[in-house]
Amino acid sequence: MAALTPVSLSPDSTPPDSPSPVSPGAVPVTARRRRPRYWRGAVLTVAGLYFLTPLISSFVFTVHVPGQGLTFAAYSGILSADGFTESLFLSLSLAAATIALALLLVVPALVAVRLGPPRLRAVVEIVCMLPLVVPPIALVTGIATVLRWGPDHFSRTPLYQTFLAVQNESFPVVLVLAHTVLALPFVHRSLDAGLRAVDVPTLVEAARNCGAGRLYVILRVILPNLRSSLAGASFLTLALVLGEYTVASLLGFRPFAVWIVSVSGAEARMSVAVSLLSLLITWALLLVLSRAGSGPSAGAPAAGAASGAAASGAVASKTATTASAAPAPVPGKE
Amino acid sequence: MTVPHPSAAPGPGAAAEQGGGRARRRPSRVWLGALPLLVFAGLCFGLPAGALLYGAFTRTDPVAGTTEFTGEHLSRSLQGPYLTSLTGSVQLSALTAALATVLGVLIAQAVVTSRRGALRGAVLTASGVLANFGGIPLAFAFVATLGISGVVTELGHLDALGWNLYSFTGLTVIYLYFLVPLMVLVVVPALDGLRPQWREAALSTGASTGQFWRHVGLPVLAPSLLGGFVLLFGSAFAAHATAAALVGGSVPLVTLKIADALSGNVLVGQENVALALSLDMIVIAGLVMAVYLPLQRRSSRWLR
Repeated sequence: MAALTPVSLSPDSTPPDSPSPVSPGAVPVTARRRRPRYWRGAVLTVAGLYFLTPLISSFVFTVHVPGQGLTFAAYSGILSADGFTESLFLSLSLAAATIALALLLVVPALVAVRLGPPRLRAVVEIVCMLPLVVPPIALVTGIATVLRWGPDHFSRTPLYQTFLAVQNESFPVVLVLAHTVLALPFVHRSLDAGLRAVDVPTLVEAARNCGAGRLYVILRVILPNLRSSLAGASFLTLALVLGEYTVASLLGFRPFAVWIVSVSGAEARMSVAVSLLSLLITWALLLVLSRAGSGPSAGAPAAGAASGAAASGAVASKTATTASAAPAPVPGKE
Repeated sequence: MTVPHPSAAPGPGAAAEQGGGRARRRPSRVWLGALPLLVFAGLCFGLPAGALLYGAFTRTDPVAGTTEFTGEHLSRSLQGPYLTSLTGSVQLSALTAALATVLGVLIAQAVVTSRRGALRGAVLTASGVLANFGGIPLAFAFVATLGISGVVTELGHLDALGWNLYSFTGLTVIYLYFLVPLMVLVVVPALDGLRPQWREAALSTGASTGQFWRHVGLPVLAPSLLGGFVLLFGSAFAAHATAAALVGGSVPLVTLKIADALSGNVLVGQENVALALSLDMIVIAGLVMAVYLPLQRRSSRWLR
C-alpha cells in the first residue's frame, strides 16, 4: 500500500519533504480522494474571503469618500493630526522601557533556573504564567486601587512622591510596570524556548573555567546564543505595548491606541487609516521576526527555529514549541 | 536537559582560582538571579492582586473610616445587571470559542491534508499574524467593513436585512477574526500527529471514514480540541478593547461593566463591585487555565 501511494498520488510531482499525511488513506478509491479536494478548496476560499475582506474594505473606506471620489487625505493628514506624534512617541518609549525591563528581569531568572535547584524552575514558571490567569482589566482594577492608596493613606509621607512620579503624565512608569507584567508570559515562553537549545550549565562552566566573570558569561556567552529569541521576545512586547488599550485608557493616559479611539469620533476615516497602518507595521515586524527566527542567519539554528515558533506562533509548526507558543498571543488581545 | 550537571566536578582552574568554597556557596548565589523577577512580580502583580482581593471583601465607612469584612460586593456582583454581564460574557466567549474551534479545525485539516508546502507555510504564517491582530485596530477595520456606513454594508445593503455590527452577532463575527487563526495554530500540530498509517490501517481493515474519525481520530484529537476550545474561551473572555471601541454599552459584557464602574460612569461607590467583578473574572479564567494546562500536557504526547 505504501508503495502504491506515490504512484496514484503525485502526477504533479509532490516535493519529497512536503507533508502529505492523509493522502495514503484515501488511496484505495480514487473518487474519494477527489471529493476532499473540492472541500478543501471551498474551506480555504471562504476563510480567505473572510480574512481579506475587512482589510480590503478598510482600505477602500479610507480612500473613497462618497461624492468626492478617490482621496488620500486620510493618510496625508495623519502626521499633522493633533496628538499623533505625542501619543506615538509615548507608546514607543513605553515599549522600549518595557522591553528593557522585561528582558532584564527574565534573562537572569531563566539562567539561574538552568543552573539552580529544580524547585526554582517551577516557581519562576508559575510567576511568569500567572498573568495569563488575570485578565488585563482585572489587573488594572487592582493597580487603580493601589494607586488610590497614595492620596488616601500616604499623602503625608515621602512615599507619596513615589506615587506621583510613577503616574507622571509625560512618562507613566506605572504603565511600564503593568505592561511588563502583561508581557511576562510571552517573554518567558520565547526565552525559555531559546534556552532549551542551549546547554547553559556546560557553557557557563566552560567559560568560568577559562576565567570569565559572571557578568561576562551572561553578556558574551549566554546572550549571543539567545539572539533570535531575544529579538522574538522584544518584537512581541513591542506589538503588545503598541496595541495596549485597556490599562492605559482606564488609568487615564493617552498612548497610541487610546489616541486612535479618541480621534475616531471626529475623524472616522483617519482612525481607520491609522489602524490599518499600525496593523501593517505590526505584521511586517512579525513577518521579519519569523523570517529571522527560521533563517540560516541566526547564530544557533535550533534556537532560532524554536524562538521563531514561539514568537510568531507561525513557522516551525511541527515542533511542540508551537503548541505551547500558541497561547502567547492571548493577553495581547485584551 | 539530559546533560549531567558538570558543577559536581569543578575543573582544576576553578579549584585553583577560588578553592572549595565556590561549590558550597554556589546554590545560594545562583538563586539570586531570579530574585529581581520575584520581587518585581510580588510588587507589581502581587500587590494589585492583593489589593483587589482585599477590596472585594471589605467595606470602608467613608465617615467613620472603619473597615469591615463583607461578602456584600461579591454577592452584588452576582446579581442584576452584573450577573447579566457575566453571563453575557460567558455566552459570547463560549459561542465564539465553539465556532472558532470547528472552523479552525476545518481550515487546519484543509492545510494539513494539502500537498502544497507553500500553502501550509502561508496559512501558518498568516495565522500567526492574524492571531496577534486584536484590540482597537480590529474594531476599526470592522467598523469600516460592516459598520453603519461600512463598505460591505453599503455594497450588500445589509442594513436593510437587519444587520447590526454593534450587537452580540456583530461581536461574534469580529471575535472569530482572531480566534480562528489561534485555533489553527493550536490544532495543526495535533493534526500532524494523526499518523496516516492509522487511517490506512483503519480503512484497510474495513472501517469507513466516519468510523475512523469516531473511533480513532477524534479520541486522539480530543485533548487538543478541548484544550484549544478552553484557550479560545479564555481569550474571548478577557477581551476588552475591541468591545469597548465598538459597542460601548449596548452588549452586556463583564469587561465593559468593570471599565464603567472603574471610571465612575455609574453610581459612586461602585469601585468595590468592580473589584468583586474582577475577582469573578479571575476565578473563571483560573478555572479555564486549570482545565487547559493538564490537557495541553496530555495532548503534547501526540506531537512527537
